[in-house]
Amino acid sequence: MIAHHLPVLQIVIPLMAAPLCMFLRHHVWCWLLAVVISWLSLAMSVGLLMQVQDQGVVIYEIGGWAAPWGIEYRIDQLNSFVLVVISAIAAVVMPYARASVDKEVPRDRAFLFYSMMLLCLTGLLGIAITGDAFNLFVFLEISSLSSYVLISMGRDRRGLTASYRYLVLGTLGATFYIIGVGMMYMMTGTLNIADLAKLIPAVAETRTIQAALAFLTVGLCLKLALFPLHMWLPNAYTYAPSAVTVFLASTATKVSVYALIRVIFTIFGGVDILDTLQVSDLLMVLAIAGMFAGSAVAIYQVNIKRMLAYSSVAQLGYMVLGVTMANVSGVTAGIIHLFNHALTKGGLFMAMGCIAYVIGSVRLDDMAGLGKRMPLTMAAFLAGGLSLIGVPLTAGFVSKWYLIQGALEKGWWPVAVLIVLSSLLAVIYIWRVVEMAYFKDPPEGCEAVTEAPMSMLIPMFVLIAATYYFGIDATTTVDIARSAADVLIGEIK
Amino acid sequence: MTPEVTILLALVVPLIGAIGIALTGKSPNLRETVTLTTAAITFALVASLFDDVMAGARPERVLLEMLPGLNIAFKLEPLGMVFAGIASFLWIVTTIYAIGYMRGHQEQNQTRFYVCFAIAISSALGIAFAGNMLTLFVFYEVLTISTFPLVTHAGTPEAKRAGRIYLGILIGTSIGLQLVAIVWTWTLTGTLDFTTGGILKGHVSDVVAAVLLLMYVFGVGKAALMPFHRWLPAAMVAPTPVSALLHAVAVVKAGVFTVLKISIYIFGVDFITTISSAEWLQYIAAATIVIASLVALRKDNLKARLAYSTISQLSYIVLAAMLGNSIASVGGGLHIATHAFGKITLFFCAGAIMVACHKTEISQMRGLGKAMPVTMIAFLIGSLSIIGLPPFGGLWSKWFIALGALQADQLIMVAVLMVSSLLNIAYLLPIPFHAFFSRSDAAGAHDDDYVSGHQGGHEHTDGEGIHEAPWPCLLAIIISSAGCLALFFYPDPIFDLLNQMFTP
Repeated sequence: MIAHHLPVLQIVIPLMAAPLCMFLRHHVWCWLLAVVISWLSLAMSVGLLMQVQDQGVVIYEIGGWAAPWGIEYRIDQLNSFVLVVISAIAAVVMPYARASVDKEVPRDRAFLFYSMMLLCLTGLLGIAITGDAFNLFVFLEISSLSSYVLISMGRDRRGLTASYRYLVLGTLGATFYIIGVGMMYMMTGTLNIADLAKLIPAVAETRTIQAALAFLTVGLCLKLALFPLHMWLPNAYTYAPSAVTVFLASTATKVSVYALIRVIFTIFGGVDILDTLQVSDLLMVLAIAGMFAGSAVAIYQVNIKRMLAYSSVAQLGYMVLGVTMANVSGVTAGIIHLFNHALTKGGLFMAMGCIAYVIGSVRLDDMAGLGKRMPLTMAAFLAGGLSLIGVPLTAGFVSKWYLIQGALEKGWWPVAVLIVLSSLLAVIYIWRVVEMAYFKDPPEGCEAVTEAPMSMLIPMFVLIAATYYFGIDATTTVDIARSAADVLIGEIK
Repeated sequence: MTPEVTILLALVVPLIGAIGIALTGKSPNLRETVTLTTAAITFALVASLFDDVMAGARPERVLLEMLPGLNIAFKLEPLGMVFAGIASFLWIVTTIYAIGYMRGHQEQNQTRFYVCFAIAISSALGIAFAGNMLTLFVFYEVLTISTFPLVTHAGTPEAKRAGRIYLGILIGTSIGLQLVAIVWTWTLTGTLDFTTGGILKGHVSDVVAAVLLLMYVFGVGKAALMPFHRWLPAAMVAPTPVSALLHAVAVVKAGVFTVLKISIYIFGVDFITTISSAEWLQYIAAATIVIASLVALRKDNLKARLAYSTISQLSYIVLAAMLGNSIASVGGGLHIATHAFGKITLFFCAGAIMVACHKTEISQMRGLGKAMPVTMIAFLIGSLSIIGLPPFGGLWSKWFIALGALQADQLIMVAVLMVSSLLNIAYLLPIPFHAFFSRSDAAGAHDDDYVSGHQGGHEHTDGEGIHEAPWPCLLAIIISSAGCLALFFYPDPIFDLLNQMFTP
């Protein structure tokens, strides 16, 4: 019975918990609620993943209204995996948030913080789970609006302008998306994604549908911060409270990548858009440009949170690049990097949160000698940095392997070269931090070892350990990603 | 205990030892006992595999499946046996040496030093035992990263700079070229297993084969083929035991070992000869041999001279691999062993001189033979072995590489080997010669001449009062120089083993 209703519970439970926080008010209770809900979410999404593995696509009709008139939740290999990624990150971030939020968010607003976190979680899960293009927009807005609030919640006033900028650009992206959906509705009379996939090929040659594709692509690329539409991202990540940065960096952009995959492969899979409209060429060029621009700018950052933010721009380039290859290895790489990068970047931003907690700054200059003062945190940062570089035995290596394989299978060997070159840029920006932390002496008078509380260290090490676990034995994740990629490639004619 | 289990144990024991070292860091005596015991057990394990491999067994073991269809797997074959045996034996000798050196030199962070050392040895053994290219690559990268803290041990700005070069070149070439080559091989052939006769033949066009070979050989930055050799002189800021074991044996030999493995088991020796880029690589290797020797001539810093000498000697093995016949490959394999013993002796001596009288420049070492006779005789032995004169082991490996060059009709390569031997004489022999037959110019050796980056007392600026290095150092030096001699009279075990490389 419950197993049957899992898809809707996955959304309803966090959605209901968000207003509950408003009633609870006390920050500890709200935090406890958020932790419990996020763990419950993880359990449910794992349950869904197993259902999908066992019996294939799971379809749930909301309120018993059959698609295409009613809204349906449709869970296949791909989005069951994305659901697990989101809820797993949430389940690790929520325990971490307590100490960090206590320090960075005024206590009388903490209940709002947890409420917004739950709402954001709902929105992200919703984007992943729904099988309806308009419903996807609704969830996109839920997650975006709550993240605008979250970003501005810290004590740093610059968070407000960062959030405002994100608000403007994010709204633009969402509006573009809904214009695209509207155009598709105009031509096909349906909003259901599976139904759209059937009806689009008949009208694909019309200018309306082609314009719709353009709007959808640009809108989603804004949300996923594909270079050069990434302008909102660095400041938003830099000035948001640490826990928010971790959560958004690991989930929000990834979910937009997922939505882009849905549009390209599922809705427009029947049309040969990748060739006729040259969407993939355009995206590929932008993805590669992003890989280099993001990494190159990251090298010159003095604020390490901002450095990691620019690194995210580069890493999103990898994901989009994998997707545009439109072969099994490439799409596998895109999907698996979505997961691997969530773990890696989450761990790295958590390390930044720990550093901000202890020394109150994440500037490079203030990190002198940090290898001695915060040995555990810096060890975690180094370990995560190696995964970002793509050293073997880390998750980052697995993504890189399939990305290169995808490029070589296509015969795009110059792309393979560009992939490795850009990943070498990561060595530079990670090593700047390592040298500062390990080769400089700590400033006078603060030589004692101080670490962030265990409630922050443990989640950080969980993510870092996962980075290594899924780097050493990647068979499970690769199998899931590959079967999802098989389905997606199968949808292309 | 089956050989399969022994292989895994040999990899795990140094790691357990590393934990033991970290835990006993407070008490230096206990810590060094743990290190020495670990090294001895590791060598015993590796040595116990020898008879099986000699008898034709090729123990295999899959550790885990890393990517679907791609395993972390081990398979012991003759070349790996030789490399593993050398690395684990010299680890014992180096540990003995390091105890004397690190204490005599009052180095900081000794526990970290021994821990990283143990991890590095474990990954060198992983490279030796690797059953496929992915496994080899994994341990190759672990070796790079675990030796980084050793290179930058001093923590000075100079060490930091050296660390950048070290990491930049080694990571840059391995990810930038080698990884792409490996993935490419995988997409072309669907396997990465080391197979006698190679896996690429029949799957690739001539052009692709040529490009792949270039990517592989340059991608193995640890082989220090020019122009990717700069990391090796840079790494000389490390404490001498590191230079000795890692940058004369484990790390660089891992590099040339990888090149040999690729040439024999990925391409296959017969296939190599048909690839156009193999000949270019022969010339690049030959150029490296000569140029590095010429650079070595001009270096006054002893460790820098030895580093360039290593670069030159490594290219012998690259050359051997690119010649593409079994005699040359056997010679290359032998050279891994003979050069290891010769060069480690020389580094030990350099370190002993540094500990005993804080001298790092060759021009300061005149007349040192009287005060440090054992060290200087050992230096002479090491030099003669590197040059390739009887009765020292270095003769055999040069002999077989030259034979291989003749078989490949590359007379010019034989000439290069001869020129190189002459250059070896020119840059190595003057050092012991001046030590024994020149008078120490005590007047010139005052403090302002003291250019070394190391701190330490200046009390020994004149020839008087200098004694031999601490006894553990001397013991290690004697063992390793005896090894040079032994390899001349008893090369048979290694030689017979390597001859089995081409039978599956």
